[in-house]
Amino acid sequence: MNKLIDLAGKRGFASFNIPRIGKLLRSCCHGVLTLLPLGPAALIGSLVSPAVMLVSPAAMASEGGVRLDTAPINQTDVVSLQSGARTFANYCLNCHSASLMRWNRLMELGLNEAQIKDNLMFSGDKVGELMNVAMNRKDAQKWFGAAPPDLSVIARARGADWLYSYMRGFYRDPARPTGWNNTVFEDVGMPNPLWQLQGERVRVEHAAKSGGAKGGEGGHGDATKTVKYEMARPGSLTPAQYDETVRDLVNFLVYVGEPAATSRKQIGIVVLLFLLAMWPLVYLLKREYWKDVH
Amino acid sequence: MAAAEKPPVTGTGSVALDGLLTWVDQRFPLISTWKAHLAEYYAPKNFNFWYYFGSLAMLVLAIQIVTGIFLTMNYKPDANLAFASVEYIMREVPGGWIIRYMHSTGASAFFICIYLHMFRAMLYGSYRNPRELMWIFGVVIYLCLMGEAFFGYLLPWGQMSYWGAQVIINLFSAIPFIGPDLSLWIRGDYVIADATLNRFFAMHVIAIPLLLLGLVMAHLLALHEVGSNNPDGIEIKKHKDANGVPLDGIPFHPYYTVKDILGVVVFMIVFVVIVFFAPEMGGYFLEYNNFVPADPLQTPAHIAPVWYFTPYYSILRAVPPLFNSQFPGVVAMGVSVMVLFLLPWLDRGAVKSIRYRGMHFKVALYVFVVVFLILGYLGTEPITVWGQFGAWLDNADRATVAARVCTVIYFLFFILMPWYTKVDKTKPEPERVTH
Repeated sequence: MNKLIDLAGKRGFASFNIPRIGKLLRSCCHGVLTLLPLGPAALIGSLVSPAVMLVSPAAMASEGGVRLDTAPINQTDVVSLQSGARTFANYCLNCHSASLMRWNRLMELGLNEAQIKDNLMFSGDKVGELMNVAMNRKDAQKWFGAAPPDLSVIARARGADWLYSYMRGFYRDPARPTGWNNTVFEDVGMPNPLWQLQGERVRVEHAAKSGGAKGGEGGHGDATKTVKYEMARPGSLTPAQYDETVRDLVNFLVYVGEPAATSRKQIGIVVLLFLLAMWPLVYLLKREYWKDVH
Repeated sequence: MAAAEKPPVTGTGSVALDGLLTWVDQRFPLISTWKAHLAEYYAPKNFNFWYYFGSLAMLVLAIQIVTGIFLTMNYKPDANLAFASVEYIMREVPGGWIIRYMHSTGASAFFICIYLHMFRAMLYGSYRNPRELMWIFGVVIYLCLMGEAFFGYLLPWGQMSYWGAQVIINLFSAIPFIGPDLSLWIRGDYVIADATLNRFFAMHVIAIPLLLLGLVMAHLLALHEVGSNNPDGIEIKKHKDANGVPLDGIPFHPYYTVKDILGVVVFMIVFVVIVFFAPEMGGYFLEYNNFVPADPLQTPAHIAPVWYFTPYYSILRAVPPLFNSQFPGVVAMGVSVMVLFLLPWLDRGAVKSIRYRGMHFKVALYVFVVVFLILGYLGTEPITVWGQFGAWLDNADRATVAARVCTVIYFLFFILMPWYTKVDKTKPEPERVTH
């Protein structure tokens, strides 16, 4: 079902305001967990699919403190990455570029050049070219108020959770020039590019009847009113299918943010094993030299 | 001594190698340098954990220089190209991401090593007579390192690069009279721009590294002149054998070379875990906002320097403005670093090592460390992080008050040092080193 996202700041602030120390510990733990020599099997398992230990940049609740949903992404899920690439090429790559990324790098996702060319590229570029767009930045600024940012490293700047929540956070707002607003990024200049898939949600304010929040995970309220987002016109996807589409898209954006991340972890395991194997040798060497020091 | 009068080199096990080394040694102080600084440099035999960080800092310096050279091959110091060229290194240059992550992690690792190295000096009184000059060289190295980190941080040309540099350069404009002109001179433009990036690049890759290498050399020469201190804070040169070798000394090579290699391997394990599994280190080593290209028109909501500057940044923010000028804060921040130079003369303790000091010094040092860490933490956060006290304390930010208290304690540690080290009830030092 389509999870409803709370409006900024109304709910407990503390639930999402993880101190940065916490994030540090979390990212360390990811690293350390891969180290714990729980047995050779675990290490070999890590070698085969190291990307399951993805360290996502913990999303910053920078836009006024919205509670973000955790993006259930998986960098080893090639099907999801390919599906995300398709959504990206179909819906994002007209206004947004990913100009630091080359088309033929997508061969890492199990696609061949012909598949990339036939299914993802619409503009007759060569597969060795960068994922650029034709839209002029000056025009874009005029149309949207701000030129759409390049998305090459957006996942590293915003974090997967932010993107996942943002892409599911659009609702109809007649007060905005585009007719769209967003629960995660208030008054954003970007209209909902996936509205045909997601459908059109509207913001509904109910007067609370008996002081408390009404049921439903999305509903919450202060003393006077409850804000809810309701589906006014359903899209071509069910809410669950839409969540999955966005998950795949975010998964792909995380990949685009650092395409080398998966091989980074694979190489890391090997380097670490080398150092761990070296340690006893170096220790014995030191002990041998130092045995006459009293 | 004329060239031919030097004894030939023997003992390598190879006639050809003996000959080659003899040829070199007669034209260059090869053997004497080797002996003076490695094979016959006698270091105390009781070095502990804290003594690894000097050699580790040298290792990180080497890592930074080597990775830096390779980064320069593909980096473009141009405001229009810099951001993309870093990502080009991350994506298109074979092995580029390893080089870049080693360099970015190395920056933080350098400061970790240096902070622990300095803390070691404070634990065991390594700055005391006759090692004052070595300490001064060390503090200058630390200052250069801060400059190097500051200049280097602008180069990726992300939002934090840009606005971090903006904050630091604005500190100079707070100086009365000359401030605005000085900051203009530093920037080379009215705003941070291409000219600033170019000169920071020059400083980062040439000027400061040259200074650093020279200073490290001077630091080591001074060390080898006076000899190493040790965890007991006593001089091993007081007790020598018939050949003039300290009884508690062991040749640096091979004893401490093999021991330092052990430290290197352990350090590399930690380093590799960060480089390969958490290169952003939760936003501490690589800030998330720095993946957004520099935008002079959009100020980020929260600007924080990288963690190694945050204690001083806290001090800067803690000092209230005077006559609408931030200058007092700038002075406090400057003094908080410069006061380190005075340490050898502020410390009046009868003994050097914390092992034989009394409670006064121990408490002072541990409180200082805690205060330094709190300041460091607060510097990474907005001042609103702990909320406000409420009406009973004038709606003051809790974090600001905490930073002010910590700043006062930071300075008291130094100001009161001559007193508390002198009245401290010290224990007698041993004649010979202990383990």
